[in-house]
Amino acid sequence: MNATWSRFNITSIVLGFAFLYLPIVLLIVFSFNESKLVTVWGGFSTKWYVSLFHNQGLMDAAWVTARVGVISATVATVLGTLAALTLTRYTRFRGRVLFSGMVFAPLVMPEVITGLSLLLLFVAVGLDRGFFTVTLAHITLTMCFVAVVVQSRLISFDRSLEEAAMDLGATPVKTFFQITLPVIMPAIVSGWMLAFTLSLDDLVIASFTSGPGATTLPMKIYSQVRLGVTPEINAACTILIAVVAIGVIIASLANKRREVQRQLDEQAAQRG
Amino acid sequence: MSNATAAAATSPSADAAQSPLARLGAAFVGRLVIIIPYLWLLFFFLIPFIIVFKISLSQTAIAMPPYTPVLDFSGGISGFFDQFKQLSIDNYTWLTEDALYFNAYVTSVIIAAISTLLTLLVGYPIAYGMSRAPATIRPTLLMLVILPFWTSFLIRVYAWIGILKPEGLLNQLLLATGVISQPLIILNTYTAIFIGIVYSYLPFMVLPLYSSLEKMDYSLIEAAKDLGCPPTSAFWKITFPLSLPGVIAGCLLVFIPAVGEFVIPDLLGGSQTLMIGKTLWNEFFANRDWPVSSAVAVILLLLLIVPIMLFQQAQARAQEQGK
Repeated sequence: MNATWSRFNITSIVLGFAFLYLPIVLLIVFSFNESKLVTVWGGFSTKWYVSLFHNQGLMDAAWVTARVGVISATVATVLGTLAALTLTRYTRFRGRVLFSGMVFAPLVMPEVITGLSLLLLFVAVGLDRGFFTVTLAHITLTMCFVAVVVQSRLISFDRSLEEAAMDLGATPVKTFFQITLPVIMPAIVSGWMLAFTLSLDDLVIASFTSGPGATTLPMKIYSQVRLGVTPEINAACTILIAVVAIGVIIASLANKRREVQRQLDEQAAQRG
Repeated sequence: MSNATAAAATSPSADAAQSPLARLGAAFVGRLVIIIPYLWLLFFFLIPFIIVFKISLSQTAIAMPPYTPVLDFSGGISGFFDQFKQLSIDNYTWLTEDALYFNAYVTSVIIAAISTLLTLLVGYPIAYGMSRAPATIRPTLLMLVILPFWTSFLIRVYAWIGILKPEGLLNQLLLATGVISQPLIILNTYTAIFIGIVYSYLPFMVLPLYSSLEKMDYSLIEAAKDLGCPPTSAFWKITFPLSLPGVIAGCLLVFIPAVGEFVIPDLLGGSQTLMIGKTLWNEFFANRDWPVSSAVAVILLLLLIVPIMLFQQAQARAQEQGK
């Protein structure tokens, strides 16, 4: 390793992270701008946050989004974990290729296609568009992301633990809940987080599948952005970023603690 | 066989301890693990595509929903088959006759391809730098790449409007430092779309690149250097070929969704730019022409079917290697 290469590496990392973070930092900074103009600094103020909380439409949308996010992430985590188990444990069954196709395709499918197709399904079966249909759509999209996250943990899972439990007389169901589930729990937690933020974030699919009375926060932000950029939207975005950042930090800290605990347990088991 | 029931069967002692009923129950639960997600995806992912295809062949009607019925069983068997005679490819003929759609498809593919290349050029040095960083700070760097992915896509695109506007922050900076004397017009051009796509999709490129570069054995490079190979040709002969799985996965992860992208061309590209995701959106929300937007979606899907299958195979290969 010579010095020029490592200098090149450090420069590319610094520039890359500056590119990734600068726009978000600027957005947050200008949410505290006194001036109504987003791009001209007029002094520090928190007045946009105050006016935000008096904006009933935005508050309603935030409440809808939070409910859709929690419900869809929870259902998607259960379905996604089942899908991950199917992908890693059942290597041979009829229609496996189709199944893995249906899990991976939504990850890259353009959202306009997914949104339109789900809307047409809901119309065809006669479901009224609204809260329920957005939730169903988000479950379908996010369960695939959960499946990928959980699957990557399951691949590196030590199967001899399960075999040992079953040799000792545990039923497969009991083995799953007492051995497998605790081990893959960190992946399930991050899967839930990912599902929740994807749901929180989605504009396109929600626009297609939502109906009157179920406007989500991204839909609301989008319609305001089209009218013009205001510090109030910056404030709303800053709060969203803060919520997600706090969640991610808590989850990663919890994961780290569990990981350390697990290593200590393993060391203790080896000594004993 | 590597499923739970098979593992139980290999241990006769455990098997004998279970009652036949318990075993039957376990087998049933085992089936449910497959059946529940399978049926869900079948109903909410596959069947909707069939409906899209069917509606793309139907006529526009002034009604709610604004097309002729999908499957109407009220007419009995003969009525059911009569409906097939009403299917028409008019919507597809319409798409080929209007140059607007053709241009939108071509532009979308070109824009997505150029942006993918740009994302690769920006992402590769970052991924490379990360993979060569001290092992202790790598998890932190990885976390820092993933973190923007957690913040809203819409917000990240919105943030660029304030930067790229004619009176925006970038122009203010460039004017103040005397680099330019006239504000640059970037917002509402294709340049803004490129910036938006590169920015939004960068983590999707960096993560697969990093994971293949990190696994690489760097003693190969040292060996090449000892044998007198200059660093650039060592890169092209060793590093790049070995990182190819990551390059392919990253490019597909960027290219496929970028072709159908709506938010970025809509917010950063303005009304002058043409992309198919925006066309579909307008056809659906502004013109309320559901059959034509379905036809647009079907052709977009046909365009993307090969890249999607390549992505599928790359995923399956990665899964095999992980075992």
